[in-house]
Amino acid sequence: MSVDENSKNLEVSVWRGDASGGEYSHYTVPSYSNQTVLDVVSWIQQHCDATLTYRFACRVGMCGSCAMTVNGEPRWTCRTHVNKVIKGDKLTVAPLRNLPVIKDLAADMDPFFEKWVKAKGVHEPSASRHDPMVAVDPQSPQRMAASEGIECINCAVCYSACDTVAANPDYLGPAALQRAWTLVNDEKNKDANSVLDAVSQTGGCHSCHSHGSCTAYCPAELNPMKAVAGLKRTTAFKFLGKRR
Amino acid sequence: MLDVRLYMAQRISALVMAPLVIGHIAVMIYAVQGGLTTAEILGRTQGSLLWFVFYGLFVLAVSVHAAIGLRVIAGEWFGWRGLPLTLFSCAVFILMLLLGARAVMAVTFS
Amino acid sequence: MIKPHRSHTLYGFFLLHRISGIALALFLPVHFTVLALAVSDPASLDSFLKLTDLAAVKIAETILVFLLAAHLFGGLRLMAMEWLPWTDWQKTLAAGSLALGLFTACLFLLQVI
Repeated sequence: MSVDENSKNLEVSVWRGDASGGEYSHYTVPSYSNQTVLDVVSWIQQHCDATLTYRFACRVGMCGSCAMTVNGEPRWTCRTHVNKVIKGDKLTVAPLRNLPVIKDLAADMDPFFEKWVKAKGVHEPSASRHDPMVAVDPQSPQRMAASEGIECINCAVCYSACDTVAANPDYLGPAALQRAWTLVNDEKNKDANSVLDAVSQTGGCHSCHSHGSCTAYCPAELNPMKAVAGLKRTTAFKFLGKRR
Repeated sequence: MLDVRLYMAQRISALVMAPLVIGHIAVMIYAVQGGLTTAEILGRTQGSLLWFVFYGLFVLAVSVHAAIGLRVIAGEWFGWRGLPLTLFSCAVFILMLLLGARAVMAVTFS
Repeated sequence: MIKPHRSHTLYGFFLLHRISGIALALFLPVHFTVLALAVSDPASLDSFLKLTDLAAVKIAETILVFLLAAHLFGGLRLMAMEWLPWTDWQKTLAAGSLALGLFTACLFLLQVI
């Protein structure tokens, strides 16, 4: 990373605190021509305050651990360039919304993954290793529906963007429901009906208001709103007596 | 706030109402020409089984739809859950149904 | 203040659907009560209906018609999204539902002015 000849500084506000509360601390960070939000956070931790807590691993948009709220919007910080999101010379970085805070920028992902399990987002094999492999036709409509959601990196950006989650803590959220929809359409998953039952409870897919924030913010450009609509359609027709 | 049964009640009442609302808007646009009078309204609706069924069904569907819709909003905005939320939605349903039924009787059967 | 994560098209349509729904739910009990006057007190219903000559009432009526039509067409858009095969032009459908709502309100307005 090279310093720009006529580089300016960034005025960065970073939320510092824990589950009991906190406030923004302000840092001045040198601006580079090619710099991600995660670079900025790391610079602060390395040069200003070594106690700043945040989470990252792969730095290439695969692991889903570095999501934060940047200037009011949930982002994967390792793939978010500062010059795409900066307002003037100001950057505000906070932990993900809709999740408890552990410390500073690290959100507690437990509720996110608990809902993932509650939506039956856990693969249950339909066969053992001794059975012949299930034939998968990549072009079948059902398989294509499953394939659309499998690139989810569990970053919780959609969960943080979702105002239904914010208003209704019981709501399972877009990521867990998209995972459920993937499994409903996966011929290698044992029991699609048990997944459909799990997402038909209070707080399931029917709580979704189709705001579309999940789809608007998904960094992997997936479409959780479409997946939730698929669950609604399938559970509605199931309710009306059409068996899968 | 919503499970699949309430969701289905909400969506089915909506689908029942869709043609009724279109009919209602069409009648409104037709009837307001030259102003409204009680005699004109009653002349159209009184003693008519068709309008009784039309508006009777409309009132029933809107009572279900509004009760579930307001239930979700009360749950999201005021954090109501469980029994208070159920009592609230039942109260909305009964209020809408009684007031609506009285209005339908007034303009079709009086 | 609208938060940045809410400033996109479909969130705006959610707000329209919710606000129109609340407005209609508040209006309906009044609507029913006034109609019931047709039996109990026809003269007072007539004097109430005379109010519709006022310009302000005509504007309020037109807004109500818009809210009803927007809730109807916006709701049909949601039903199509949820129960028909998915299409990728949800924003276009939403814009179309708004256009139909405005068109209906204009039709009504043209009849009362």
